[in-house]
Amino acid sequence: MNSTLSFTLNGMRREVAIDDPRITLLDLLRERLDLTGTKKGCDRGQCGACTVLLNGRRVNACLTLALSCDDAEVLTIEGLSEGDHLHPVQAAFIEHDGFQCGFCTPGQIMSAVGLIQEGQAGDDPERVREGMSGNLCRCGAYAGITAAVLEAQAQLHRQTQGEAA
Amino acid sequence: MNRFDYLRPASVAEAISAGRKPGSAYLAAGTNLLDLMKGGVARPALLIDITRLPGLDGIEVLPNGGMRVGALVRNSDLAYHPVFSKRHPAVAEALLSGASAQLRNAATVAGNLLQRTRCAYFYDTASACNKREPGAGCDARDGENHLHAVLGWSPECIATHPSDFCVPLVALDASVEIEGPTGSRVVPLDSFHRLPGSEPQLETVLSPGELVVALHLPASAAGYAAHSRYLKVRERTSYAFAVVSAAASLRLEGGVVSEARLALGGVALKPWRARAAEQVLAGRACDEAAFAEAAEVALADAKPSGDNAFKIELARRILVRALGLAAAGTPDRMPALPGSVFAQPEGLALHA
Ligand SMILES: Cc1cc2nc3c(=O)[nH]c(=O)nc-3n(C[C@H](O)[C@H](O)[C@H](O)COP(=O)(O)OP(=O)(O)OC[C@H]3O[C@@H](n4cnc5c(N)ncnc54)[C@H](O)[C@@H]3O)c2cc1C
Ligand code: SF4
Ligand code: FES
Ligand code: FES
Repeated sequence: MNSTLSFTLNGMRREVAIDDPRITLLDLLRERLDLTGTKKGCDRGQCGACTVLLNGRRVNACLTLALSCDDAEVLTIEGLSEGDHLHPVQAAFIEHDGFQCGFCTPGQIMSAVGLIQEGQAGDDPERVREGMSGNLCRCGAYAGITAAVLEAQAQLHRQTQGEAA
Repeated sequence: MNRFDYLRPASVAEAISAGRKPGSAYLAAGTNLLDLMKGGVARPALLIDITRLPGLDGIEVLPNGGMRVGALVRNSDLAYHPVFSKRHPAVAEALLSGASAQLRNAATVAGNLLQRTRCAYFYDTASACNKREPGAGCDARDGENHLHAVLGWSPECIATHPSDFCVPLVALDASVEIEGPTGSRVVPLDSFHRLPGSEPQLETVLSPGELVVALHLPASAAGYAAHSRYLKVRERTSYAFAVVSAAASLRLEGGVVSEARLALGGVALKPWRARAAEQVLAGRACDEAAFAEAAEVALADAKPSGDNAFKIELARRILVRALGLAAAGTPDRMPALPGSVFAQPEGLALHA
């Protein structure tokens, strides 16, 4: 079976021939489109390393069938910064030592972007930790991650308030 | 993973006619099905992607006062829906206690109901499993079975149903709307999942091609909104399945229980409604003695299926605690740690 998948990836319209229906969104990104920023940890939905935004919502790319993403919008870690200008969540992870080895980091950052957009956690660190529990960190950088998410969220809120004013 | 054909039908009728064929499977978000396919546990020849089917993603209040939730509504959208979460706070809490934010953003209502057991031997194709291969035997019987069933199990299968969502749903008399090759029907959730008996490979009452299109909650279910909780013991604080869980919903009149709705999770191959225990509470004062008696009755028929006698006492205690929380009243805001036995009073943190 040969199908064509057309979707928007990091703001660019893409058409990709899919020769094998088994391919997941994660493998499509990493193996076919050379976007290796999205990581494969467990490949089974258990670690969050593969987190991307699908139609604006954080999901596990390893449990998403590529073909089911037809017409969708996908945002990966590669599409987050504006040129050399880091996204506030990226900058906050550096500022707060939100990582050590860095393997979980793209997933953590995409998850944090999703969490902030969802707007359910507020500025309660307990809610942020719970909302980020789908992203494991073997290095145990959790304290820095929580601090980074809270600061980035506060900064993004200031930005949107500034724009509204 | 085996090779399969992929179909994206444009209508429910088209989906059903494809779904009747042996070897086909409906694909919703795939968070359970793709996992099983990667392990070779599920090997469908045809995947029918139902995620684009029209009309299955609504959340509505019906003229009769009940609610109808489309099969494709995502778990997080239902949990945060302003009307649904106010009417059915224990259901929202159960949803938010399950899996992770990423998985809940993807997972659908029907997929959650139809998720398969987490028995490790079911997942491991090198092990004997009657559910995967009827007649093969059950390696869980003499294996690692501390998380297996204590109610409703059979010598052929001691697995549990892993859904959190289903536990308050079964307590609140939810039902499942199904479309199939011969028309549509509505089945109470309590009779939707089957107990294992001698045919553990038969998991639900769905016949080939039948598609879940919606979930219904009766108008009466909203009458418990002020006193409804879900409580879940996990082996870690978050992002884990229930060892044991309980849903408790009460209607109180002047400190007396007028009606109770109770169910347990993680104890059987279906969400376990505790009707006899509900009867114990009706007309009783809301106190620890009544809760303990109800818990005793709820677990009266429980038997260990292996190394899991502890789950019986754990279930009693979780039920008593859930009842205490429900009696105290549904919190105005969803707790920071939904369903958690470690939840702290609002404003206090579990972690430093
Ligand atoms: C790491 C991890 C942790 C998890 N933790 C929890 C937890 O703590 N609590 C919990 O409750 N769940 C948990 N889950 C399970 C999760 O809730 C399910 O995977 C999810 O709800 C399945 O929904 P889906 O839409 O992805 O279904 P799919 O995977 O697409 O489908 C699941 C099954 O349902 C069938 N199906 C789907 N829709 C229909 C329909 N409309 N009609 C008929 N058949 C249909 C499919 O054919 C398939 O057999 C966890 C999952 C993972 C991977
Ligand atoms: S308990 Fe059930 S699912 Fe687990 S191995 Fe035995 S038969 Fe299979
Ligand atoms: S790689 Fe997807 S969750 Fe681990
Ligand atoms: S920084 Fe190493 S796994 Fe998180």
